[in-house]
This record gives sequence, structure tokens and C-alpha cells, in this order.
Amino acid sequence: MEAVIFLIVLGVIVAGGFLAAFIWAVRSGQYDDDYSPSVRMLFDNKKQKDTETEFSESNNNN
Amino acid sequence: MGKPCVHCGADCGSSPVVWDEKAFCCHGCKTVYQILNENKLGNYYEIQPMSGIKIDAGQPLKKFAFLDIPEISEKLLDFKDDNLSRIRFFIPAIHCASCIWLLEHLDTLHPGISFSSVNFPKKEVQITFRSDQITLRQLAELLTSIHYTPEITLDQLDKKHIGKANRSLLLKIGVASFSFMNIMMYSFPEYLPGGDLLEQKFRHIFGWLSFILILPVVFYSASDYYLSAIKSLKHKVISIDLPITLGIFALFIYSSYVVFSGKGIGYMDSLAGLLFFLLIGKWYQGKTYEALSFERDYKSYFPVAVTVVEAGEERIVPIRELKKGDRMLIRNQELVPADAVLVKGKGSIDYAFVTGEAMPVSRKENDFIYAGGRQAGSSIELIVEKPVEQSYLTQLWNQRAFKTEAESLNNHINHISHYFTIVVLLIAFGAFTFWAFSDLTVAVYVFSSVLIIACPCALALTVPFTFGSTMRAFGRKGFYIKNTDVVEQLYRTTTVVFDKTGTITLNRKVEIGFRGESLTDKQKLLVSNMVRHSTHPLSMALFDFLSGYETVQPDQYEEIPGMGITGLIAGQRINLGSESFVTGETTLADMYESRVYVSFDGRLSGYFTFTNSYRPGLEEVIADFGRKYKLHLISGDNDGEAANLRRLFGPSASLKFHQSPTDKKAYVQQLKKQGEKVLMIGDGLNDAGALAESHTGISIAEDVFSFSPACDAILEADRFGQLGRFMEFTRISFRVIRQSFAISLVYNIIGLSFAVTGNLSPLVAAILMPVSSITVVAFVTFSIGWIGNKRLREMSN
Repeated sequence: MEAVIFLIVLGVIVAGGFLAAFIWAVRSGQYDDDYSPSVRMLFDNKKQKDTETEFSESNNNN
Repeated sequence: MGKPCVHCGADCGSSPVVWDEKAFCCHGCKTVYQILNENKLGNYYEIQPMSGIKIDAGQPLKKFAFLDIPEISEKLLDFKDDNLSRIRFFIPAIHCASCIWLLEHLDTLHPGISFSSVNFPKKEVQITFRSDQITLRQLAELLTSIHYTPEITLDQLDKKHIGKANRSLLLKIGVASFSFMNIMMYSFPEYLPGGDLLEQKFRHIFGWLSFILILPVVFYSASDYYLSAIKSLKHKVISIDLPITLGIFALFIYSSYVVFSGKGIGYMDSLAGLLFFLLIGKWYQGKTYEALSFERDYKSYFPVAVTVVEAGEERIVPIRELKKGDRMLIRNQELVPADAVLVKGKGSIDYAFVTGEAMPVSRKENDFIYAGGRQAGSSIELIVEKPVEQSYLTQLWNQRAFKTEAESLNNHINHISHYFTIVVLLIAFGAFTFWAFSDLTVAVYVFSSVLIIACPCALALTVPFTFGSTMRAFGRKGFYIKNTDVVEQLYRTTTVVFDKTGTITLNRKVEIGFRGESLTDKQKLLVSNMVRHSTHPLSMALFDFLSGYETVQPDQYEEIPGMGITGLIAGQRINLGSESFVTGETTLADMYESRVYVSFDGRLSGYFTFTNSYRPGLEEVIADFGRKYKLHLISGDNDGEAANLRRLFGPSASLKFHQSPTDKKAYVQQLKKQGEKVLMIGDGLNDAGALAESHTGISIAEDVFSFSPACDAILEADRFGQLGRFMEFTRISFRVIRQSFAISLVYNIIGLSFAVTGNLSPLVAAILMPVSSITVVAFVTFSIGWIGNKRLREMSN
């Protein structure tokens, strides 16, 4: 029956991981706008990447 | 019919502007296309064709010189360091996937922009830019050049809107669902046959784990219910949150007792499930229209800065720093931000939005001008008399009537919960006394069972889901309500008060007639080409009226402010304007309609008349409302149309004219004192006081994202004719609520019969409580959805 205890602990850890992921997602504002990402993912990727690298570079400059 | 414009999809008419073999309706659209084409952003037209924004040629492009003033730009910026700045612009024009694509590729248009992202529901774009390469002003002008004009108003300087409340509710739901799922797993063995054979060790472990997991649910996720229950008690109202709080604590304390005595895990699963469902209901009810604002005051209407002339030099000054004696320069279509005296130029001030006067009033030098009017015509100069904060109208709008908390608690659901709570407590004490004679332990158990099972979860879910669904059904049809309480207020309405200008009449549309010798087509063409060049409201209305004629350039053209237009075109001298300007005489004519006289080569042909036109569907709305409610009309305008309106409104309605904004507010106040439930329908700042004072204020807006005064609901102007159906729908919502209450009452009786006989087991609770909640939620959502589809579908889309 010790297996049950092991499974329970594992279950709480896994579920806790998902809870933490959810809290992080809400805090980082991913639920603030539930429309734009669905449109954004359909856009041309190459362009998008350029902007991102440029942005991170400019951040490094600071 | 010509081709549709490649940029905006509007009809290009007979003479389109052609560039790159593509047809455009105007030069503005063509210019945007050119800019995008040069920067290889043609994709914009492929994602969603013809979705560009058209800016009418008559509208001057907005100016952003004030963004160069450091104290203004610093307040607007979210973040700033030596070379990077971040700003959020509110752009009402954002409407489709193409908009998102273009605004997120701004870096292609200017190397100084490093990153931009759109928040679609809020219609905001957040832009990170290098301030050494592009200034805030250039950025705003860049956006304007592609017709995404940012809206920057005075209130943005004061506060930053960040929606944090919604996030905390989501977190609470997340925590509750985490605990609910896990506790359910631990409870499950107990419900299975042979569950009582479970080893004692496991029962302990499961119990303790459940107890630990329930703590964040009870003390974090459910905290809003306790606060609200305490708040309502302070107002001596038993709100629905009070029996919920009682139920939560009965469940928690009893189950903890079971856990501590090592007998199992009690009702922990039901408790977690109950709160999970309740929070979902709260979230569903809490849908908000983020891009709309229901709390605006004059600050959202006023500009941020104004041009001041000092020793012959023009300087941009923040509105807040205007002081008495400053000389302001107000250009065409700009707003007069402070009470002032006109010193130079002819004023033609459009007060439609602030006082309800339909036609612009002319002002001459040394006349006093109240803040809030818009100049239509050439530039004027004024000397400030009072700073903005002390101006007559701003002070008026500042007298906001806030609805008190006690008032908002006095609703249907709390009324029912009042009796519900008393009955439940009576039953609980009754059962306790009955059992106390035979067995005190059983008595305590029965007492807590009653409180547990009577927890009005189904009752509490009815209202959020019914009103939440109603709110969504309304929103799909162009009627946006602030929160779900408004549905109930609408239902209770007994009296409807209308404003006139802009509410029941069309603001920008007038009916134009002509009296005199009828004009030939040639003459109409010439008049049309004269008024084309003028920005006076009457000229613009006349140009609309005489549309479809080809363009002929006048050889000579002069606009004399406050008087009229004179010009030479196709060899004819045309004079257009006021009677004294065209004929040289002034007859004491009917002053209740606006007239534009016209003469060709000095010979008077006649005059155009301008009267307000009523909103389509007005007659039906008034006829429908006349049968159900008492009707009132309060107008800031003159009584020129009194006879017309009397015929419309019928003999019993009361019609008031020449009402100042304060009069309107007082009028509503007086109606309230007579015990009426007042619905006020208005549109302008002059109605702001009355809208706030009334039980429900509906503001009619041509464009719901631009300015509308503080109110409880915003109705898209072209939905006006359907107002009656929306009101009717609130009755249906209430019928659904009553039916749903009946259902939850049946469940409660079943549950209570278990509880008072001492037979309530965790298994019964675990089945009965979710089942009742789910039935109720399913019933109300489907009823409203189904009826809503049937009733509201008939409305044109």
C-alpha cells in the first residue's frame, strides 16, 4: 500500500506544478487579452522573429 | 456605383483617385496605401481586404504638438530610461486582424520603433521606441498618417487603467479548482462500496491532506463573500452572501471536526466544489467591455493642451496650466477648454454636445464663451476668464451623483435571500430543538446539516448566469451594459425621460428643404461646389445633401465667418449664407429653423431650410414605451419643434424645453422623490448629471468607443429602434430567474428532508449540491440563450 502514498505525493506535486504554471500565466498577463494571440499566430513568422531579436538586442544595450 | 476603395472599401463614386492601377475613394486613403506599399506592408490588404480606416476629407488631421512638452509626455509614458520609452495608445479605430498585423509591424515604418503589441479587447497598442530616434509626437503623427489616430485626453494624464481585479478572480478560481480536484480524489474511496474497509491510516492521511488543501480555498478564494456579507450587514440588509458565508463555515467547521476526530474527511469535497462553482458564476457575471468606458467625465472630452499666443508667438500650454488672462488660439474643430471672452475672429460655437442646442451659435468679439463648445469655422482668439477646473460647465459635471451602496444592495435576489435566511435558521433551530430532547450529538449534527445543505448555491448561481447571459445577448446586439445590476434596474423602470438633441434626433443629420424658385441641376452643381470648400456645419450638411455632382473649381472663393460664402464659379457670382448677407435685409422670420439663403448674380433664388431629423424607429419606440411607462422629454434646445414632439409623445407626456444641465438633474431628482424608477436616455455632457442621478442612464453613441458621458449602459445609435425589445427582454430574464428559483427550492426541500431527519451523509451532499448547481446553470443559460436567439435574432444585424 506504500505505492498509494507515493502516488498521492506525486499527484499533489504534479497538480501543484500546474497550479504554479497557471498562477504564472495569469500574473504575466496572458489572460488579459484572449483575442490578439489567436490572430497573431497566423502571421508571417520571419518578420516577427526579426522584431524580437532587435528588441532583445536593444534591451542588452541598457 | 463606382468601384470599392482598395483601402477602406467605400464607394469611389464616378471619379476615383487612381494610383498603381488601383482605385481609391479619396487622397487620404491613397496616401496610406502609398506609405504601406513603399514599406512593403502590402500584406495589410491581404489579411482582411478593404478594412482600412477612412478619415473624411473635411476632418482636419489631429495635431500632437503638445506631446513635445516634457511634463505631458512624461505622464503619458509607461516607462522611460535613457534611450528606451514605452507608451500605450488608445486607438478606437482598431477593429480587425489587419489592424493587429500592421500595428505590430510598426518597426518597418520607422527604425526608432523597436517593438509594438496590440491588446485587442482594450483597443490599445503598446509601443517601445528609442526616444533618441523618434519623439512621442512623431510617433503619434506616424500613427495618424496611417489613419490610426491615437486618442489622448485629459484623464489619461491622471490615471493609468490596469485591469488587476480580473486577474485576482482568475487566481482564486485556479486555487479553488486545484483543491477541488485533489480533495475529490481523496473523498472518492469513501463513496465506493467497501469504502469503510479503508485502512485507518489512509483515512487519517486523506483527512489531513484535505484539511490542508481546503485552507486556501476557505481563506483566500472565498474571501470576497465574507467581505460582501459584512458590508451588507452594515447596511442592515441580508444579502445572498450571508447564507453563503454561513454555509461555508458550517461545512468547514463540521468537516474539520470530522478530520480532527479521525473519522474521515467530512464534506471537504462538497465545500471545495461549491466554491469553485460560485467563483465560476462570479467570473461569468463579471464580463466587462474593456474598450468601453462607463465612468467618463469632462476630462475624457477635453484636450490635453491648447495653443496660447504670447507676445505674438504661439506656444502649446497644458490645459491645467491655463490661467486667467491667457490668450488662447482655437482653430477649426477645436474645443474651447475654459470660460473665455472672444477677442479676435468670428465664433461659431457648436454646443450640441454640452447644452443640447442643435445649431452652432455665432459669437462676436467681446462675447463670453462657456467652455466645452467646439469652434466651427476659422480660427479665433480668446482671453481666459476662469481656469479649466473652475469653469461653469466643468463644475457642473463634477457634481456627480454616486449611487450609494445601500441602494445597489436593494435588489431582487437580496430580497429573496432575506426570507430564505430567516426560514433556514428557523428550520435549523427547530430541528435542533426537536433532536436535543433525544440526543444532543445528533442535534448538533442535524443543525449543521441544515446549514450545509441549505447553502443557497443554486440560488446564488441563478442571478449571475441569467444576467450574465442577458448581458452577453445585449452586447451582441449593440447594447452594452456596465454590469449585471443594470438588467434589474431596467426591469423596474416606471418612467422614461428622453433628451432631445442627439438622442431622439440625429446629431449630424438634418433634413434639408428648399423654399423659393426650384433650382436647376446646373445651379445645384454650382452650390455644391461652393459649399465643398467650407467647414461650417451647415455647409457640410448642404454638401452631403447635394452630393453626386462633379467637381468644378470656383474661380474665386471667400468665406466670411459668421455671414456666408461668396464666390465666382462658371462665370456666375454666387452668394450663400445668412439673410442679411445675401439679401441685405433682416426680416423677423421664424427663428426656430436654420436657413441658408442663396443668390445667383445678385438675384435671390430662395433659401434652404435645416430641420432636425428624428432617429429611425423613434415612433415605434415612443408608442411602445407610451403604453408601459410615463414619458418625459427634457431638452436644452428651444421649443421650435414642440408641436411635432407633442404629436409624437402623446398628450400625457410632459415636454420641457430650455433646460440647463442642472435643471435636467433636478427634474430627474424630483421624479425619484415621487417614487418613480427613472430611466434616462441621453447622449451629451449636458445629460451627464441626469444620467448619473437616474436609476438607469442609457447613453446613445454613434461610435461607442469615442466619448460618451458617464452612464450605466451605452446603446449604439443605430440600435435605437430596438430599445423596446431590450426592455422586453429584461422581463423574460426575470421570468427565467423565477423559474430557476422554483427549481432550486425543490432541491432545497429534498436536501432539507435528508438534513432534518439526520440522514445527510457526505455522499448525499456530494451528489445533491453539484447536481442542483449544474441543473440551475444549465437551465438559465439555455433558456436565455434560446429565447435570446429567438427574440433578438429578428433584429437586423
